[in-house]
Amino acid sequence: MRKLLWFAVLNLAWFESGGQTPSNARIINLSELTSIMSRSTGNVMVVNFWATWCAPCIQELPLLEELNTSAENVDVLLVSMDLDLDPDPQKVYRFVTRRKLQSQVLLLNEKDPNSWIDRVEPSWSGALPATLVINPQTGKRIFVEGQLKEGKLQEMLARVR
Amino acid sequence: MKKKKNLLLLTAALAALMAFTPPRGYELGDRVENFKLKNVDGKMVSLADYKDQKGVILIFDCNTCPYSKAYNDRIIALHKKYEPKGFPVITINANDPNMSPGDSFDEMVARAKSKNYTFPYLFDETQEVARAFGATNTPHVYLLAKSGNDFVVSYIGAIDNSPQKADAADKRYVEDAIEALLAGKAVPTQKTRAVGCGIKYRNA
Repeated sequence: MRKLLWFAVLNLAWFESGGQTPSNARIINLSELTSIMSRSTGNVMVVNFWATWCAPCIQELPLLEELNTSAENVDVLLVSMDLDLDPDPQKVYRFVTRRKLQSQVLLLNEKDPNSWIDRVEPSWSGALPATLVINPQTGKRIFVEGQLKEGKLQEMLARVR
Repeated sequence: MKKKKNLLLLTAALAALMAFTPPRGYELGDRVENFKLKNVDGKMVSLADYKDQKGVILIFDCNTCPYSKAYNDRIIALHKKYEPKGFPVITINANDPNMSPGDSFDEMVARAKSKNYTFPYLFDETQEVARAFGATNTPHVYLLAKSGNDFVVSYIGAIDNSPQKADAADKRYVEDAIEALLAGKAVPTQKTRAVGCGIKYRNA
């Protein structure tokens, strides 16, 4: 009986939190992220590091979303750093649903950024937003820190061709 | 005539280079130039005012960044613990208030008052000091140690390795660095990186 009650409470909590995980969002760890970043599908990868609390990140999101839907042979990965400050993923899930984001959203779940930032990008200070463009075909990669302006992504894509 | 043109081109190229190359900023072991900025009480504070201290915990910080909020009480605690030992805290906000309205001078005054700051919270309006240091995020610590008449950069990076909870940190970088300096030992970890809010630089 007690177990059943707990089950009901948990279910209620799930319901209350607005529950649903969007199909294009999931939690990953660093080794999953680095393996995704090194996979060679033939597509150019645009990896954007962001968080729901980061105003310049939110401002540049439409540029990334637009690229994701319009550009062929380009995969956009939105890597959320929200879990670094808040272990509850619901805020990100709600954001993804509300904004109807189409790109793949990956919530990086890693503690102690000082131990892993180098493995993602040695020149990254850790400040958000930051964007990495990788062409597995040419092996070229370009990294920028700070808010993307209109046309910047296209310029980065041209440079990794 | 040709020479003059070449010189002009060279100057233009140099100017372009300076405009597009981000400042390298201070590195470990660098001697820090003096600076003078306005504090929340309206008075000017300069690094030279601290010449009789053993060092300074200089922190680029702001009101609005969630990391700054998460670390706010830890910064206050650092000052409480290390000011008596000769390492007081100085905080500097360099965010452009046009890009981040919550980081205006008036908002800084309000924050310092509500949290009873007993250390300076300086406004780097021109962003020159933050650029000189090469500060990127908030909070971004530069631990300065007095060496002769100079302040020398002895640690750059995060306060500890647990933004979520202070008591979950198993590496307290700034405290470890100061304890090492006080004991006359080498700083164990001299440079760290952390996820954080980028400083809102104009024309960045």
